[in-house]
Amino acid sequence: MTNENLIQYIYSIADNSLILGQRLGELCGHGPTLETDIALTNIALDLLGQTRSYYQYVGELSKEDLTEDDVAFLRNEREYKNVLIVEQPNTDFAYVIARQYFFDVYHFLLLEKLMESKNVNLQAIAKKSMKEVAYHKRFSGDWLKRLGDGTEESHQKMQQAVNDLWVYTDELFHMNEDDKVVAKAGFGVDNTELKETYYNEVEALLKKATIEIPSTPYFQKGGKKGIHTEHMGYILADMQYMQRTFPDMKW
Amino acid sequence: MNKNWPLWEIFVRSKNGLEHRHFGSLRAADAEMAMNNARDVYTRRSEGVSIWVVESKNITASNPEHNGELFEPAADKAYRHPTFYDLPDDIEHM
Repeated sequence: MTNENLIQYIYSIADNSLILGQRLGELCGHGPTLETDIALTNIALDLLGQTRSYYQYVGELSKEDLTEDDVAFLRNEREYKNVLIVEQPNTDFAYVIARQYFFDVYHFLLLEKLMESKNVNLQAIAKKSMKEVAYHKRFSGDWLKRLGDGTEESHQKMQQAVNDLWVYTDELFHMNEDDKVVAKAGFGVDNTELKETYYNEVEALLKKATIEIPSTPYFQKGGKKGIHTEHMGYILADMQYMQRTFPDMKW
Repeated sequence: MNKNWPLWEIFVRSKNGLEHRHFGSLRAADAEMAMNNARDVYTRRSEGVSIWVVESKNITASNPEHNGELFEPAADKAYRHPTFYDLPDDIEHM
């Protein structure tokens, strides 16, 4: 295992948090109620904090002495390794919740394993993030149940969001070459092992929420190889504009 | 029809505090949501270690119009304060 393998592996974890954090950040001041607005922004900031820890570690590993800002703001689209689900838009509150819940359950299972990593840095970041993510899952799961099992309209909207986002769930368990090398070294997690537990947990909650489990013959993939959906370019344009226009600008 | 969720009163006990103090109120559909909302709205800067939520309608408040009969008679009864005897030196924390 080389440092480059490890860096790429860290990107595949940290970029999820960065992009989802950015997506949730878009909702700041636009949440459906004051309370959910603050909750979603809290989650965004948790994710951003986790991202910083990972990127700072990437900086230590990199030959070029990268800073966390270089890593966050100066990579091109193909260099981001986040899964496709986190870049999906905030279509409505049901989509925000479905996206969040599908990701949170995976994130929780991942961190649970990453806490046993042989790499002390990853282990420490996982331990710190775990409590935050346990709450994220509680929040999104609670809302998914409420909306699914709520009024006729909320049920219909929740079902629609689940149907649309379901095709992005399988990718969470894909392993690219770097993932495999790092998992084999005992530093990373073998995502394929999380899959069964994941679908059991998610399907049980969907059932409680009276949401039908979608059946799809085909799942979307590509993010982990840097091939993103059409939304990613807009997210990066928003996020990177300042650093691209005024290089090295500081607040 | 009232489209707002019910109002809840939020009580938080801070790390060093012995009792829950009233922090404010918020809206939520039920107790579970009120708890989550209280956590996000009132404890995100680590203000507390324990939360109570009570639906506002369950609180019976005194009527300010009755302040005269309820509270004013106590104003000139200084003898009700336990200040008219000397504490022995050995007693601490009083």
